[in-house]
Parts: sequence; C-alpha cells; structure tokens
Amino acid sequence: MSNTDRRGFIKATAATAAASAIAAPYIWPKGAQAAGTVKMGILHSLTGTIAIAEKSVVDAEMLAVEEINAAGGVMGQKIEAVVEDGASDWPTFAEKARKLIEKDKVAAVMGCYTSASRKAVLPVFEKLKGLLYYPTYYEGLERSENIMYTAQEATQSVIAAMDWLAKNKGKSFYMIGSDYIWPRTTIKIAKATLGRLGGKLAGEGYYPLGHIEFSSEINKIKAAKPDVILNCVVGGSNVAFFKQLNAAGITGKNQAILSLAVSEEEVSGIGAENAAGTLTCMSYFQSLKNPANEKFVKAFKAKYGANRVTGDTLNCGYNSVYLWKLAAEKAKSFEVAKVVAASSDLQFDSPEGKIKFHKDNHHLWKHARIGTFRPDGQVDMVYESALIEPNPFPKL
Amino acid sequence: MNFDMLAMQAFTGLSVFTILMLMALGLAIVFGLMGVINMAHGELMAMGAYTTYGTAVLFETYFPRFMDAYFVVGIVFAFCITFVFGFLLERGLIQFLYKRPLDTMLATWGLSLILQQIYRQFINAKEVEVPTVSWLQGTWQATETVSFPLSRIFIIGLAVVTGAAVYMLLYKTRWGLRIRAVTQNRSISGAVGINTTKVDAFTFALGCGLAGIAGSSFTMLASTGPVTGQAYIVDTFIVVVFGGVESLLGTIASAFIMGQMQSWFEYFMSGSMARASILLLVIVVLYFRPNGLFATKVRR
Repeated sequence: MSNTDRRGFIKATAATAAASAIAAPYIWPKGAQAAGTVKMGILHSLTGTIAIAEKSVVDAEMLAVEEINAAGGVMGQKIEAVVEDGASDWPTFAEKARKLIEKDKVAAVMGCYTSASRKAVLPVFEKLKGLLYYPTYYEGLERSENIMYTAQEATQSVIAAMDWLAKNKGKSFYMIGSDYIWPRTTIKIAKATLGRLGGKLAGEGYYPLGHIEFSSEINKIKAAKPDVILNCVVGGSNVAFFKQLNAAGITGKNQAILSLAVSEEEVSGIGAENAAGTLTCMSYFQSLKNPANEKFVKAFKAKYGANRVTGDTLNCGYNSVYLWKLAAEKAKSFEVAKVVAASSDLQFDSPEGKIKFHKDNHHLWKHARIGTFRPDGQVDMVYESALIEPNPFPKL
Repeated sequence: MNFDMLAMQAFTGLSVFTILMLMALGLAIVFGLMGVINMAHGELMAMGAYTTYGTAVLFETYFPRFMDAYFVVGIVFAFCITFVFGFLLERGLIQFLYKRPLDTMLATWGLSLILQQIYRQFINAKEVEVPTVSWLQGTWQATETVSFPLSRIFIIGLAVVTGAAVYMLLYKTRWGLRIRAVTQNRSISGAVGINTTKVDAFTFALGCGLAGIAGSSFTMLASTGPVTGQAYIVDTFIVVVFGGVESLLGTIASAFIMGQMQSWFEYFMSGSMARASILLLVIVVLYFRPNGLFATKVRR
C-alpha cells in the first residue's frame, strides 16, 4: 500500500466515523423510544473491589426508575434500565459505555464511581455524543459537555470542611490518604487551603489502596499531636485505619478526626463504635429532616430491607435519574444536546434539600454538611453551609 | 526519635512480624512443602474472617451473655471450617493437578474469583462488622506515654501458640514425620507404606486451616469483606518466597525481616514509598539468591 493510498484510507475511515457520529443523534431517538419505552443505562461495578461502594448506588438508581415508572414514566414513556457491570476495571467501563451508547442506544447513562473509571469513559461519551450522570463526590478540575456531575466537587466538600475545622477545632492538620488521584488531589487542595488559613501541616501519609497496616503512621500521629486528622483513606482500608486508631487509644472523643470518604454506608463495615464521635463532611445524611428525604429513606428500606442505610452517593444516584427526567421533560426531547441545555438552572427538591444545576458548568449548587457519627452509625449534623456555587476549577 | 517512640516502633515491628507469620504459615506448608501454588489462599483467610463474623452473629442472637467468649470460639470454628473446606478442595480439585503447577495456579485463581463473588452475593457486598470483644478493646499503658494495643498483644500470643503447635506437629508427631517424608520423596515414602494421598489431603487441609486462624484474628485489625483476601495474599507470597519456599524456619525469619522493614520504612517515608522500597529490596535479594534467603541446598 502506497503512502497516498494509506492516507486516503485513513481519510475515508475518519469521514465515515464522523458521519456516523453526526448521524447518531438522529438515529437513536427512534430506537430509544420504541414501544413506549425509553432506554437508560446504568454502569457501575457489580463485581471486583469497588463493587462494595457501587452496588448500593445501583439500588438507589433502580428505586428512582421504579418510582418514575409507577408515576407514568418520562413524557409518558416507561424507563427501561439496561444494567452493565464495569467490574472495577477501567477499560471494561469504557467498553460497556460504548456498548450502551452504540448498541442499546440509551438516552442517558447513570454511572461510574471512581475518578479513574470516569476518566476512562469520558472520551467515549464525548466522541459518541452520549450523556453520563456521575453521582460521586470527586476532586473537581473537570467539565465535559457530555457529563452531568450530580455530587459535590472539592470546593463543596474539602474546602468548606477545612474552613470549619480551622475555626472550630484548631489549625494543625495531619493528612492521610489512599494513594491515587482523588486523595492526592484532595489533599493538595487541602494543603493550599491550609496555607490560606494560616494553619500548620503536622504530617501527611499515603498508602496503597487496600492497605491494612497503619500502626507506624499512628505512631507518627501520636508524636505529631495534631489538632485535626484529615482522613482521605478510601474503601476497606478505612476499616483497618479506624480499628487500629481505636486500639491505639485515639478516638473521636479525644481527637478531631474528619473523614472525607466515609458515609453511613462505610461505617457499617468499620463498626459504628469505632467511628463514634468522628466527623464526616458530605452533602447528605440519612438523618436529614425533610419530607423528600423521609420519603426516600422509607421507600429505600421498604424495597431493600430495614437494616439497609442510605448515604451520600446513594442520594446522588437517586437524584441523577430524577434530574435527567426533569431535564428531558423541560426539553421535550431525549436528545443529548437539548437535555443538557435544559439542565441549566434546573431545580429539584431532593432528599438533600433543594438543589440546582449551575447555569453552565454542569455541577450542582449544594450545601456542605458536617456531622458527627453516633454510636448507632447515623450522623448528627453540626454544621450546614449555605448553598455553595459549584466551582470545579477553584483558585487556590 | 526518643525512647518512647523507639519502644512503640519496636512493638509495631513485632506486631507486623507476627501478623505476617500467621498469614504465611499456612501458605508455607501448602506452597513450600507441597509445591502447590494456591492463589485462593487469601480467600481462605477471608473465609476464616467470615466464620468469625458468623460466630459473632450466632452469639449475639442466641447467647448474648457469653458474647465475650465468642472470639475464642470463632477462631476454633474458623480453623475447623477452612480445614474441612481445604480437605474437600484437595480431594475434589487439587489432587488432579499435582503434576501441572501452571494449571493449579489457574484453577485456584478461578476459585478465588468464585469465592469472592459468593461472599459478595450471599453475605454482603460491603464489609461486615465483626465486633471487638471487650477484653481486647483499648491499650495496655506500659508507662505514661508508651501504650500497646491489646488486640495486637493478643495476636502476638496467638502467633506464638500457633507457630509452636505447627512445629510440634511437624517435628514431634508421627503425622509430621509422614508429611516430611512425603515432602522429601513421594515415591519412596509410598514404597515404605505411607498413604501419600491421605498425607497430601491432610497437609493441604492443615495449611488451609491455618489460613482460617489468620483470617479470624485479623478481624480485630482490618476489614472483613469479599476482597479482604486480596490485601493479604501478595504479602503472604512475598514472605514465603523471600524466606525460601522449602523452609518453615526461613518463612518465620523472612516474616521477621519483612515486618521490621515495613514498620521502620513506613516510619521514615510515606506508606507507598515504603512499600516500593521493600519490594525493590526483595527483588535485589532474590536476584542474588533466587531460591530465597534461607533456602536449604537440596540435591535435585
């Protein structure tokens, strides 16, 4: 094959790809709306390491789908949920995202938990003009035309938490986190905030995901005697971290410990007595008192069992489905560009209170809430911020 | 670094050593003595942990008055259940693969995935809470500033007892003699009348039972979830390979070195860096001593 031939070949392929990309939006609404149903994808890990966190998000999303269908669907069309397993493996996420958009022709996808999986599917959604609702609190520094971020970014969690801690608990911080993108970026933002607040960094440590031995770090914490421990440890390592802190005599009673990745859900694994008295910063707690939340918690427990708890990401997953429904109804269309346009300033009375999409940055206006874990694993709220404007690219 | 810190760090090193030793003993028997690469060893530890959790639930429901004693019963149950499972596993799967080490690896790896998904599907996708018994909560205040967690002291004790029991079994009983004979030369052992199939099944089951004990005791320190085993398995293999796969004493010595390295490295650098440095050192050592640090010279 000569050079010109190859160039021609590439050009032709590119043209075909571009043509199908342009054509896609005009083809899929037909498929998606066939027989009075509209297809919606759910893409989370049902197997592998992250399944611990993602399975219950799927439960919350399915609950929303069921409620919407019982109330007549979206514009008279029942939602048909297509559930795919990302298997805690980022290439699999990308592959399944492609399948959902190209083969199932879903109108939108609720999915992803870790930042790594979102980064993996992002190019797929942008290239194939899909629409992803991402329901997990994350580090910010991203905005895609094809992703709606329904949880809090950094300014709505870590920065708000740092301000409150410096005012109420003291200014020397010990920061510890798992060793990957979210904790690293979050602690970077926290350190910059600490500089602005005039605080002191007493120490910092990073451990591989799944690490189970924290005794050396705990000895270091004991020697440093910080006012606050800022905990960005993620997943099962938290169980080890809290159990070992407790065994070493550091508890929520004698030390301010604020976790950014521990909600009511994780506490059931840590053991409520080990987490009692420690702080958490989220946008949602199961104990929030408002009619929308009482309805949500009641419906969730009725469907999945009285011993189940809700938490921040569950609330965000549940909201995502509703936010998509409202946007589609406002746009009177399932077309991605129109749904996205209709999402601007869109309001929803959610379990976490009134939330509203930003005019143009695809994130939500939210409250940052700080609470203390009770011995039963639920949270007593101690601080609630005003609605914070989302700012995924903050000046530090 | 003052004296208090030195004492606490030394204790940490000791604690990590005993934990690694508990993890590695079972594998050292299965992998070291029998030559079976059991990739599902971590999931067997998780099975021990889940058994302890089950015992806790059982006691909470039926004998709440004896809740303080559940943990000891849980350890015994964990050993029994993983022992029986190991026995069935050897009879049902491993025995057909003795001459095919690569297939064993693949089969046991598959088994580990199956077990993980079973835990996830039928127990809980999230970590379950194993309550710490009251007598293991808190610390022993040695001096005003130096304190040692009771749970870690308990694990040190348990490791010593388990290690001693394994030693007695292998070197002071007839069963131990048979196991060692089969390890050294299977066909001659068979020829002098040892039932090698029985010995194989028993040895494998013993290794699995030890994994159960390890998993059970770790519920005091770490999480109990479907993928808990994955957190242990890599360290376990490193300890066994580093020590030299054919020597139990080597495994213990290797656990000691790894434990001390981990606690001191983690003190002076961040956790991830410490881990990378340890792995680097292991690679260097294995480069110069490919059979492990304490391999006995065996004529092949």
